[in-house]
Amino acid sequence: MIRVLFLASLREAVGMDAWTYAPEMAGSSLRLNALLAALKPTLGADGYAALTAENVRIAVNQEFVEGAARVELKPGDEVAFLPPVTGG
Amino acid sequence: MRRIRVQSGDFSVDGEWRALRERLDANAGAVAAFVGLVREVRGDPDSSLELEHYAGMTERSVEAIVAAAEGRWRLAAVTVIHRVGRLRPADQIVLVLTASSHRPDALAACEFIIDRLKTEAIFWKRETAGGGSRWVEATEQDVERARSWVGSEP
Repeated sequence: MIRVLFLASLREAVGMDAWTYAPEMAGSSLRLNALLAALKPTLGADGYAALTAENVRIAVNQEFVEGAARVELKPGDEVAFLPPVTGG
Repeated sequence: MRRIRVQSGDFSVDGEWRALRERLDANAGAVAAFVGLVREVRGDPDSSLELEHYAGMTERSVEAIVAAAEGRWRLAAVTVIHRVGRLRPADQIVLVLTASSHRPDALAACEFIIDRLKTEAIFWKRETAGGGSRWVEATEQDVERARSWVGSEP
């Protein structure tokens, strides 16, 4: 089971703050782009477009990752989608 | 020596100043301080600002900024307090204290940290004013300021 978080403006763009991904393929490897593909029907076109915008960063277990096609996920991971920060 | 906090409650500049001084020895000749306050949004005195963070990752993003400052300047102590949650105009939002032997390092490090907090620390702001509410977008000016530190020698 993988926990997926949508932060700040992305939470509103996709209409939920968290989503649980429980793929049936136990034991085999899972890549981040497979998770994105699984999210697509849940989110609809606008939500998916917001999530895959160029300036959205993805963190796995609170570390930024690059290249969704190469990132391997394992059960228990936390995946977060972060819009551009505006702090300070 | 670092003290880094992300909290919803207010902070006491006086209390943080005292706590920092207790950590200093007699070689620290300079402390620079920056306090950020919430501005009124679009002239609306009833406006508010909502600060969101990602618990854990946000704290580490602030730690990384402070570590970068410690790598560039000789710092005896650093305090960073950043508030989250709902804030009103004139509320304190952020505090940066930097202590060093001499003022150039303390002042430069303080400015560096607040510039980086604006562009790299994991916080999001949502403004509410005039009956409407919207997420704040990163300004090109802030990004330029933070970028100006890249490659510049201390």
